[in-house]
Amino acid sequence: MKILVAVKRVVDANVKVRVKADNSGIDLTNAKMAINPFCEIAVEEAIRLKEKGQADEVIAVSIGDKACHEQIRTALALGADRGIHIEAQDGLQPLAVAKLLHALVQREAIGLVLVGKQSIDTDNNQVAQMLAALGGMPQGTFACGVEVQDGKLKVVREIDGGEQTLLLTLPAVVSTDLRLNEPRYASLPNIMKAKKKPIDTLTPADLGVSVASRLRTLSVEPPPERSAGIKVASVDELITRLRTEAKVI
Amino acid sequence: MKILVIAEHDNLSLKPATLSTVTAALAIGQPVDVLVAGADCAAVASAAAAVAGIARVLVADHPAHAAQLAESIAALVAEIGTQYTHILAAATTTGKNLLPRVAALLDVAQISDIVAVKSADTFVRPIYAGNALATVQSEDPVKVITVRATAFAEATSAGNAAGVESLNLVKEQGLSAFVDQQLSISTRPELTAASVVVSGGRGMQSGENFVLLEKVADKLGAAIGASRAAVDAGFVPNDMQVGQTGKIVAPELYIAVGISGAIQHLAGMKDSKVIVAINKDAEAPIFQVADYGLVDDLFKVLPELAEKL
Repeated sequence: MKILVAVKRVVDANVKVRVKADNSGIDLTNAKMAINPFCEIAVEEAIRLKEKGQADEVIAVSIGDKACHEQIRTALALGADRGIHIEAQDGLQPLAVAKLLHALVQREAIGLVLVGKQSIDTDNNQVAQMLAALGGMPQGTFACGVEVQDGKLKVVREIDGGEQTLLLTLPAVVSTDLRLNEPRYASLPNIMKAKKKPIDTLTPADLGVSVASRLRTLSVEPPPERSAGIKVASVDELITRLRTEAKVI
Repeated sequence: MKILVIAEHDNLSLKPATLSTVTAALAIGQPVDVLVAGADCAAVASAAAAVAGIARVLVADHPAHAAQLAESIAALVAEIGTQYTHILAAATTTGKNLLPRVAALLDVAQISDIVAVKSADTFVRPIYAGNALATVQSEDPVKVITVRATAFAEATSAGNAAGVESLNLVKEQGLSAFVDQQLSISTRPELTAASVVVSGGRGMQSGENFVLLEKVADKLGAAIGASRAAVDAGFVPNDMQVGQTGKIVAPELYIAVGISGAIQHLAGMKDSKVIVAINKDAEAPIFQVADYGLVDDLFKVLPELAEKL
């Protein structure tokens, strides 16, 4: 079985982002970039499935400008076998991303797609579900457990009240939640080896996909600031203020 | 304009997040229909018909819908969805699982987690963990939208008598099968609906120490939450996580205990009315958003708070 794992280049989770002065978007000038944390979990899970002998090949794909080679290389250093870069403008909508991934799934005869459940920049949480729909595949979203069982995929999902277990036919799409695994660190020899692994470059046109969108961002604004309140000296003062001042207890 | 709201339910009762979704739908326009897809879900349909502002309730009651699997329900929603201009669901794990699949089947975008309706085609949604609010406009023939429940008041759940029509449509896909689920059983209010939330972070040091939070929560009738750090450390299950990738809460009172205040956590609670922070580190970022801060050892403060409340 071939696994396709998608990695998105996003601003590092520890960077406090600022809105551009003209409200056209987020100012990412010189911001530290990284693999989206949920995508890293997806890469780790793909590699573990290969190590368990349940997958033959792990292909890492990223969509965006040339800079996302860096994230593909990271995935290769973690253990993916080869990379695909789909060269496109940054900021594609989830539906366009899902269409591109769908084209790759068909082209490469993929058995399992692993993606992060959401990216920490646009917070959409859509690609896995959309890709599954386009491919007529089942979806195991927000996964905290993945196991291949007799040609099917058992997925444990994080749901609002607890956990749910589903059995999916293959090919399938899984989106990863944070408890699925703890990603490894790339070793220096593996980072060196990754430099020799192949990365193919494709365009949306090569895949016959239109990435046009009917959704426009009109403006991006900072949220209302919450200002710091006061420090209280004791539990007694806290209770008194909550009762008489804030009137919430 | 014709709007469809997907009811969130467990075949027994209508979830409050649906009421907030109805409010968002009514802000867009009318008429608003509600779809209840489930098995033996007549009670849910009756509850939906009573919600103020609803024009019609469609009930797809069939054993195949018992687990509300995304593959089958999405196919059903997409089939009836072309008659609507807007399809809305709450941005819960159920809505987030279902609606993007519907959008892709309709070849339209999905607008995730809206917090405001500007007009019938323009909406506001948080991005970058709530560090920015994007105003987006959709030209799609059908607008598919998930709604952040805490941003909209709940519609009145009684008084209406909308017509209930059964929808004999089953689109079983045979792609997925329900195996089982483990739901945490708690006598406490549900985290996203509670008026008081007490949350613990890495500072709690262990899952056992959450007993200290429980004692405070008992006195306040509060739900208990946790930061991602506490979940990552294995102290508590993930369904207690408040934050960017967990649950979004906006209670009257939020008490953060031993939580440093990473931006990912703030994303999930900064719309709370009153925030209290208890942390021994006076420099912790959580104090920058707290209305009341108490710099002290939580292991001393929590028992005292439980005793004096």
